[in-house]
Order: sequence, then C-alpha cells, then structure tokens
Amino acid sequence: MQTNNTIEESVPVLEISDMTQRFGGLTAIADFSVSLGSNSMAGLIGPNGAGKTTAFNLVSGFYQPTEGEILICGKPTAGLKPHKVTALGVARTFQNIRLWNQMTVLDNIRVAQHGKLEYGFFQAVLRTGEYFQCEERIEKEARELLEIFELDKYVDEFPTNLPYGLQRKLEIVRALSEKPKLLLLDEPAAGLNSADIQELIRLIRWIHETFDVTIWLIEHHMDVMMELCDDIKVIDFGQTIAEGNAEHVRNHPAVISAYLGDDNI
Amino acid sequence: MKSLLQRYSVQLFLVTLGGIITYLAYQEAIGLYFLSVMMFMGVNIILSTSLNLVNGNMGEFSCGHAGFMCVGAYVSSILGVLLFSKDKIFGAPLLDPGLAVYLFPLVIIAGGIAAALAGLLVAIPSFKTRGDYLAIITIAANYIIISLVENLGVIGGSRGFMGMKKVINAMRDTVDLPWMVIWVFIFTVFTIWLLRRYNTSTFGKGVSAICQDEVAAEIMSVNTNKMKAITFMLSSGLAGVAGGLFAYIIGYVNPGSFNILKSTEVLVMVYLGGMASLSGAVMSAMFFTILLEVLRPLQIWKWVIIPLILIIVMQFRPEGIMGNRELSDVFPWMKRFYRFK
Repeated sequence: MQTNNTIEESVPVLEISDMTQRFGGLTAIADFSVSLGSNSMAGLIGPNGAGKTTAFNLVSGFYQPTEGEILICGKPTAGLKPHKVTALGVARTFQNIRLWNQMTVLDNIRVAQHGKLEYGFFQAVLRTGEYFQCEERIEKEARELLEIFELDKYVDEFPTNLPYGLQRKLEIVRALSEKPKLLLLDEPAAGLNSADIQELIRLIRWIHETFDVTIWLIEHHMDVMMELCDDIKVIDFGQTIAEGNAEHVRNHPAVISAYLGDDNI
Repeated sequence: MKSLLQRYSVQLFLVTLGGIITYLAYQEAIGLYFLSVMMFMGVNIILSTSLNLVNGNMGEFSCGHAGFMCVGAYVSSILGVLLFSKDKIFGAPLLDPGLAVYLFPLVIIAGGIAAALAGLLVAIPSFKTRGDYLAIITIAANYIIISLVENLGVIGGSRGFMGMKKVINAMRDTVDLPWMVIWVFIFTVFTIWLLRRYNTSTFGKGVSAICQDEVAAEIMSVNTNKMKAITFMLSSGLAGVAGGLFAYIIGYVNPGSFNILKSTEVLVMVYLGGMASLSGAVMSAMFFTILLEVLRPLQIWKWVIIPLILIIVMQFRPEGIMGNRELSDVFPWMKRFYRFK
C-alpha cells in the first residue's frame, strides 16, 4: 500500500484542463481547470445557474465536454458512458435525491454494485456457484457498510419511508459503496435544517478521514463550505471568478459582486 | 423430512399437477374444449409475464408484443413443417418424422431465438428514446412484422400457413401422449422459473433501477443499454415461444391473429394483474382466459364488457389486482414455508 500511495500522489485524482461546455449558443462552463490531489477536499460554489452541476455532469460522463479534457487518475473520460466513468472511480450524489424508491435500502446498495458483478445473465438464471458467491459477498459488504453508517435497522425499509436527512445520508452511502476515488457531492445540505447540517458536516469530515477518497463538494450553505474545504473555486456564468481558501474567497470583490451585485448602482 | 418436503414442495406440486393434467388428457377425461382453454391459459401466462418484464419491471410501454409472437409462431411452424412433414411447398421432410418428438422443444426454442433477435428492432431504439416515443416504435415494429409476413407469398401471405397438425400427429405416432399439453405446461413453468430468477438476482434488479431512476442507474454503474437489450430480447424471445406453442395448438397461423388487438389483449392482462408483479401477471392471465371463455356467448359484446371491466379496475384499483406485490408478500407464510433461492 505504501508504494501505491506514492504513485497515486503524483497523479491527481481529478484533472480538468480548459473544459468548455456549450449548449447551442449558451456557454454553460468556460475554460474550467481544476486539479484535485488524492485524499483532498475541495469545494465549488457560485450563484444559481453558474454551471456547478454542469461541471459535475461533465465529470461523471453525462455530457461530453465541447472542448478540453477530463482525467480521472490519469485516464481520460472522453467517449465513456457514465457507467464506465463510474468504473474509473467516480461516484456522485444528486441535488434532488435520486434513490430507487421502490427498492429496499439494502437493494439500493446492492444494485449499485451492478458494474462489479462477476456473473452475467446465464449465471443468474442457472444460479451457478459464481452467482451465489458474488451475491453473498455483495450482501455482506452492503450490510457492513450500512452498519458502519448506522442505517442497518432500515435495511428492509423503502427509502421514501426514511426521514429526509437519512435519505441524504443513504445516497452518500450508496455512492461510497462504489468504492470511489473521487466522490462528488452535489448540494448535500439542501433541504436540511441546521442540526442536520452540523451532523452532515461531521459525516463528511468523518468519511474523508476514514475512507481513502477525494471529495469535491457543491454547496450553497457557506458555513458547510467554510468548515470543510480549504480550496474553494467560485464560478459565475461559467467563468471561474475566484479561487483560494475560505477567507480569501469570502472577501474577494468579484465573489461579493456575483452574489450581492455591484455597489455602484 | 419436513425440510426436504419444504425444499422440494414447489417441484413436487408442479410435477403432480403436470402429471394429473397429462393423465386426464391422455384418458380423454377432459374434453377437447377444456383442454384447449387450458393450453391457451398457458400461452397467455407466458405472454403476460414476459410483457410484464418490459412494461412492469422496466417501466417502458411496449404495445407490440404480438409482433414478436408472430415471429416465433412462423419460425417454429415453418421449421417444424420443413423438418418433419411432407408439404406441398417445402417437399419431403428433411428429417425422419419419428424425431419430431425429441426435437420439438428445440423447434419452439428456435422460434423464441428468432423472436429475440426481432426484439432488437425495439431494443436498439430504446437506447435513445423512452416513454411515449418508444411505445410508438413498438407499434411500428408490430406493423412491420405483420406486413412482412402478409407479403411473403412463399409462406402463405395473408392466407396463413398450416401443416403443424401433421407434426403433432407424427409426434403422437411415435409416442402416444398428449404432447401439446405437456409442452405448453413445461414451457409455462420454464417461463415463470426463468423470470423469477432473473427478477430476483441483483443483475436483474438493474432493470427495476432503470424503471425507477434511469439517471441514477447509469451513474451507479448499471450498463443501461446492455440491460435494456437483454430485457427486450428476453421478453420478445418468450413471446416467440408463446407464439410457437399457439401455432401448434391451433395448427394454423395467419398474420391477422397477431395484430395490434392481440397486443392489446396482452396489455390488458398485464395491467389487470399489476405492474412488476409476476404472480399478478400469472393470475390475471388465468382469469382473463377464463373470462374470455365465459363471455363467449355474448359474441362481439364481450369486447364491450372486457374493456368496461378494465375501466372499472383502473378506476378503483389503478395499480392492478396485485399492485407491485408478489403472492408471497400478501401471504407471508409462503415466504416462511418456501425457502426460494
């Protein structure tokens, strides 16, 4: 493991260079570059419609960038379908929770292992030894993971029956079950109350310390950002307008004008 | 001893049931009419469970199921007649008619495989489209298949194709058993067995993930295109098997019997039974077959009564008889008794 770490540290987990995405005449994101080292935590903020989620959609393979290149651990994602990008080690959550609501909590985690199944259609139908081994392993791992996050008492529950905060948590756990190298969290605090937000901050920090994972975070709640990330990027109308630590970003004139408008009205 | 009985109770039940039906058919204790109703029930179960895979589990709306049935019916009919019987178009049988008994299931499966390949006609567009647009594509696929058969003069065109009775007779001459009853029963059980195993595996649950949130499925490492292709091909392949059996039961096929009305009939069975419920699809197929026969004296009026029943069901129980639950969810003791693997 020691030798692996040294190699990984030299190659950034995520490297985006001059990424531009245009939808017809609209430039959603322009000349965006970022480099995230292994086991780091970075943030992305900006007003509504700034292009934050577009950036995440580009990284997770939903769109192919009009220009520029995305490297995950040194491997280009160009031309890859999202499930292939996931196989490279990217997992994400969504702004509006996207759990599979008619599946139990356990199944939500199990189906997320679909890309790592060691059997195909015929083994599933014939119930071969590989099938049972693989299913057993997946179920065991899923239960362990749910137990770590104290969701084990809800294994047979449907996600819709869980409180909102736990649904958020479950979505993060589902993303983590992919064993990602890069975890993209799209507004994890959206819709949570202040007590839940404190809990979430602790959770994200704990995940970052416990799992060997790089976290990239979109968030509107500035206190979450300020507490968690030391490297924040601010975008507005697709342009990168500021970058740096929390204090620097908060006092940056371009950021203030983007959020609050110019003072020379 | 109890655990052994528990483990094999389903198999024991099925073997007994199959045995009793076969015996009664052999002794001609069941009339020919009741026998054919029972066989159509089997065919309808295969049709409704296989369509339920696409419309219920995957959440797409396919309304061209009869088209794939048509492919299976024609391919297995032609293959059977070509191989085992003397025909005025295809000439002398290619194989000894005595082999028909043994090769009959392969003939039906060949029809299923051909229908599965025809399923690609819908599977490939489904990579890019879904919902209403895909529904229109499935209707188009149904029409394409029907028109193709209607315009192929070699296989009878719209007049239809026959000669399958000779194959059945050849089978009976070799070993005197009610073969169609046996094979319809075996293929019906096979279909339910196949779909149950597919649906309960993590692999097959990827299909439900596509239904519930396709974006999340793709992001959470489900290869959605591959799953759609497999599911559509499995569904249409089973429809082809049902078509092959249907052709051999009647002994005559014509493209008119696989039109959009037939597809609608299967849709009614699926929606009556409840989406994504395998046991619901089985029960509603049985119920629907019986209903059709009970209402037969009403003649054309039954096509007023049956849609009316559907309207009433949709009004008061829009999720269908079973909803998305299985029989074992309704009766929990079944789960305890049958330890399904």
